[in-house]
Formats: sequence, structure tokens, C-alpha cells
Amino acid sequence: MKFDIYDFSVLTKSIHESLNSMMGETAVMISEMVIVGIIFLTLFAVLGLILVYVERKICAFFQQRLGPMRVGFWGTAQTLADLIKLLLKEPLITKNADKFLFNLAPFVLIIASFMAMAAIPFAKGLHAFDIDIGVFYITAISSIGVVGVLLAGWASNNKYSLIGAMRSGAQIISYELSVGLSLLTIIVLTGSLQFSEIIESQREGWWIFRGHIPAIIAFIIFLIASTAETNRGPFDLAEAESELTAGYHTEYSGMKFAFFFLAEFINMFIVAAIGATVFLGGWMPLHFGSLESFNAIMDFIPPLFWFFGKTAFIIFLMMWFKWTFPRLRIDQLLTLEWKYLLPINLVNILVMSFFVLMGWYF
Amino acid sequence: MSSDVMNKTKTQDYFINMGPQHPSTHGVLRLVLSLDGEVIKSVEPHLGYIHRSIEKMCEKDTYKMIVHLTDRMDYLSCHMNNEAVCLTVEKALELEVSDRVKVIRTLFSELNRLSSHQLWWGVMGMDLGAITSFLYGFRDREMITDIFEETCGARLTMNYNVPGGVMFDIHPNFQKRVKEFIIYFKKKLPEYDDLLSNNVIFKARTEGVGILSKEDAISYGVTGPSGRASGFSCDIRKQHPYSAYDRVDFKEILYSEGDCFARYKARIDEMWESMFIIEQLIDNIPEGSARETTRAVIKLPKGEFYQKVETARGEFGVYIISDGKKSPYRLKFRSPGFSTLNALNTMAKGSKIADLVAIMSTIDLVIPDIDR
Repeated sequence: MKFDIYDFSVLTKSIHESLNSMMGETAVMISEMVIVGIIFLTLFAVLGLILVYVERKICAFFQQRLGPMRVGFWGTAQTLADLIKLLLKEPLITKNADKFLFNLAPFVLIIASFMAMAAIPFAKGLHAFDIDIGVFYITAISSIGVVGVLLAGWASNNKYSLIGAMRSGAQIISYELSVGLSLLTIIVLTGSLQFSEIIESQREGWWIFRGHIPAIIAFIIFLIASTAETNRGPFDLAEAESELTAGYHTEYSGMKFAFFFLAEFINMFIVAAIGATVFLGGWMPLHFGSLESFNAIMDFIPPLFWFFGKTAFIIFLMMWFKWTFPRLRIDQLLTLEWKYLLPINLVNILVMSFFVLMGWYF
Repeated sequence: MSSDVMNKTKTQDYFINMGPQHPSTHGVLRLVLSLDGEVIKSVEPHLGYIHRSIEKMCEKDTYKMIVHLTDRMDYLSCHMNNEAVCLTVEKALELEVSDRVKVIRTLFSELNRLSSHQLWWGVMGMDLGAITSFLYGFRDREMITDIFEETCGARLTMNYNVPGGVMFDIHPNFQKRVKEFIIYFKKKLPEYDDLLSNNVIFKARTEGVGILSKEDAISYGVTGPSGRASGFSCDIRKQHPYSAYDRVDFKEILYSEGDCFARYKARIDEMWESMFIIEQLIDNIPEGSARETTRAVIKLPKGEFYQKVETARGEFGVYIISDGKKSPYRLKFRSPGFSTLNALNTMAKGSKIADLVAIMSTIDLVIPDIDR
């Protein structure tokens, strides 16, 4: 098996060939699906654990405290301990809850984020599902998650949950538009919805630099809208613990609560990864047109590092928002979207299209 | 749907129990909200979850014991509560305390007011979803609590006042540490403005929300910073000066808007004024005894006595009816929180659930003060 840190397609191809030599075509396909599934499940859990730890530490440093310090070195095993606690907890169901929907809701949410993850390009050749309508696929799949939230709110038979779910429904459906349109602004430049082509088109430089002003506006709108879409502060109205106790997941406990919690973090990772891919070049190293030696040095840094670095940067920005800003009110939230972000976005697409027509980008 | 069907359809108000266990009622207050979607139609407070019948207990206790019970009402302005009882008893006994005691009491009251407002600021941010402010508020409050601990040995319920003076003289470090704190906090208070006051979202959440008119403030008896934000001039420290307030120079903070942001600004400005008062007094603590000797069991003369003070939440009054025995015949506390809570429905009607949280934060309720 050959292994190249700069091009994973060498590795995946050799695995595919060795499997082919061992078994028939259908068996190869099934075993490859299983392998990819297991890898993604593991990644899902590991990312969740890491992100929860990182969130707690970053929040602690913003608040001038240390955060978890007791379990493991600098509290690194704290989230693992929390996971074990959640696994051992009794899954309570309230008496008048709709049991089937109540149990179904967390799975809808988690399956949606699981499916969205498949389309994320981690590195060259490390891409599970390189569909030619990748951006469209992700925006479509990520909006299925809201069904889980609405189900949870309705099935809990709790008034706080219902208000939280309704808020979340209004919020996610509104902000989906802005996310989609801000991504479209870049699609105008790339001319393709496929993630691998979007990344390939940024070989000369990332779109946020090359598309200058409209691209930067689109990036800012994307950041705001995707923070809102993942229900994170300052847009965490669906859970709003000071108003609605915990919003749509008030009645959930144990592992089912953990699913909601995990889905929030994974969704954050997914939107950050999409932002990194579309605006910041994904796994593509930092390139400047004519500086050959600089480009060569940048090429030396492996693509996985670039991808996770950029994603981590966006995640950090989102955490920064959450721990600094107060929460918006529901009408202000919708005003922000429908009266400001959406019109700006539409004008921005026109401006970008004009730029592309005139060839005014680098 | 035809209007005929609409007329036949029976609709019910959507009720929500906010509390007794709820993160933003700050205690065991239960509010029954009737809602139309997210819009509040009415708010009805239900009390009694933390009733300890303090007033009845006072009828069995001696006057020195009563002081200790007042800590447990508004625990964030415990020093001012203690002071009110002591002042009433001293008034009844016609006991003149030394200048030193007066200045020490004033200093402690203002420090207590500062610490109460710091905690309020932190909690206010947390209620609006900016959890970081909570930790910042507590960080600064910690310094004042340390100063209290050094002198009184207690951090929250201090019991520093006794009829006739204060329990013991101030700690030798007291003046030095207070001065250090003032220098420190003068740098930190503008940070409060950076984090919340000048934040766009914060302003949008508070400006024009929960308006209380001056007339309503007066008729409901809303006092303290909440009342003054509506333009109701009600600072007891100015109008009926007690302790050393007649010899210090300070402004009464008045706003006319009466919304959440005005109440917020009133408290922030009050912190500046408190620091100004402390600065004037800290170097001028006169010599004298820290405690006048009183009898072990104080007996008040027959009659009715009333004294009010300005706590961090407003006007706190103590009304004692004495029949000449060692404990009062009847004792009534006029607590600021109770009157302020009455105005909640007027302020919150027609606003959203999220606004109610902002309103509750800015009127700064302490539940044990309401429910004695």
C-alpha cells in the first residue's frame, strides 16, 4: 500500500485495487461502504469530543478562568468522562410525550448532519462523496435537521420546547436563504457546484482574496447566517436557556440529549468546513500568483493541515461570537435576515456577476 | 375560514409557568404568563415559595437579634438592611452614634451597593445571553467581598451593624485596600461599557423595552435606580440624609426614558457615584469609638418608629411598633423589591418573552426580599 500525505488518492486507489483482487465487484462496493461508514462514525465521535473540549477551554479563557483541569492532562479526558456519564444516564420520557416521535427526533437531526459530512473534502483524494452538485446537496441535507428540532419540540409536549422549536423553525428556514445565496456568490466565480472543482479553481489563490469586495461581503454574510443556522449564540434562540430553560431539548436526557448536543457541534464543524472550502480554498495551500519559492514552501505543508487549520479558524470565530454577544430577540433576528442580509446578498450576487463579466477579479 | 366558524371556535390562552424553577427568575419566583404566540398578554407573579415569616419571627426576638434576620432578605444589600434596623432602634433610644460609626457605615453601604450592582451587571448580561459578563462581574465583586471578609469575617451576610455602632472597628488594611480597589475598578468600569452598554445587540434588546412612566413608577412605589430611571426623584440619601450622606457630595442619577436601557444606565452611573462617595470619605474617617455601649437587652420606649434607607434596590423602611418590651409588638419591613414586582405587569404587557427577561433583569429583583 502506497501512502502519500499530499495526495490521498494514491492510498485510496491502492486499497480499491487490493480489494478488487480479493473479491467480486458487489462485495468490493459493500466493503468500501462499510469502511467509509466506520471511518466517518469514528470521526464524528472524535470531532464531537474534541470540539466540546475546545469550546469549553476557549470559553474559559474568554472568561478569565481555566475550564476543565481535573480529568487527564489539562482536563483533556473531561469530555470522555462526560460521555460515559451520559451513556449511563437513564433516558427519561415524559408521561404525555409522543413516544415514537420523541425517540425519532434526535436521530433525524444526527442523520442529517452525518449525511452532510459525506460531501466534505478533507484533503486531495480524501473525499467520500464527490457529487457534481456538492454545494446544493449540502444546503439541501442540512435543512433536514430542522425537522428533527421541530419533532423534538412537538413530541415533548412541553410548552417551552414548543416555543423553542417554532423559533428554531422560523430561524433556520430564514437563514438558509442567506447561506445559500452567499455560497452562490462564489459559485458565480467557480462555475461549478462540485467541491473538488471549487477547490481546484483556487489553485491560483483563495476566492476571498481573488474575489475581493463582493467575496468578503459574502464571507461575512456566510459567517453570520451559518452561525444562525447552527443555532449558536448570539442566535441560540431555540435553546435560550435564560428564557426557555433549554428550548426544544428541555425534556431530553442521557444519550438522546447527547445526540442534540453532538449534532450542534458537528453542524458547526460542517458549516465551518464548507466556509473554509468555498471561501478559503479548502485543503489548497496559500498561493500567490508569481511567488514561486513561496508557493513551493506552502505546498510542503500537508493539505490535511490546511483544511483543519482553516476550519478551526472559522470555528474559533464562531465561538468568539458566542461568548461575546448577547442574544437577539426573535423579531430582531428575522428583521436582520429579511431586511438586511437578504437584500445585501442579492445585490452582492449582481455585483459579483458584473465583476465576473468584466473580468475584474484576480 | 368564515367568521361564523371563527366565532364558534373556542380558544384558550396559552399559559406558561415561568418558575419557581427557572434560570432567569433568580430565585423561587413563579410568574404565570399568558401568551399570544410570543407576545405576553399578562404576567401574574405568585409568591410564597421562600416565605420564612421573618416579620413574625421578629416579634419574638430582641432588637439585637432582629438585625441578623434582615441579612436574609435582600442579601445583596445586607449592610443597608442592617443599618435600617439599627438606625430605627437608635432613633427610638435617642442614641447618638459617633461620627466614626457614621462614616464607616456610609463607606460600607456604598461598597455594598457597588458589589450588588456588579453582581446585577453580570447577571444582566447572562440573562441576555452574554454569559461572559457574569464572570467579569463576579471577578470585580470578589475584591469587595474580600475587603468585607477582612473586617467582618463574613462575605455575604455580614451582620456588621449593631444598635449603637458597628460590631468592631475597621481592619488596619481597610483604607489601603479600598483605595486599591477604587483605582482598579475605575479602569474596569469602562470595560463594562465596552462589553455591554455600547453593544448593538444589547442596545436593541433594551432600548424602548419595558417602559415605565413616571406616574406609574410613583403610583406603584417603584424606587431605587429603577424608579429614578423613570424620572422619579426618590433617593433617600439626598432627601432624608442619614449616617454621613449629608456631608458628601454626589449626584442623584435621573433618567426620563423609563426603559430597560435607562434602568441599566442608572445603575452603571450609580457605580461611578458610589466610587465618588467612597473617595471623599476614605481618607476622612474621624477618630472616635466604633460602638456605643448599650444595654444587653434593649427595650424601646412605647411608640411607633420608622426609618428608611436607600438600598441597592430602592427604599427600604423599617416600621416598629413598640409596647415597651424587649421585642417589638409589630414590625413591618417596606422592601423595595415587592413594590417593584407589582409594576412588572405594566412594564411587560405587550412585549415578548425575551423582553420579559430583560425587564426582570433591569428591575433587579432579589426574591427573598419580596417574599420575606
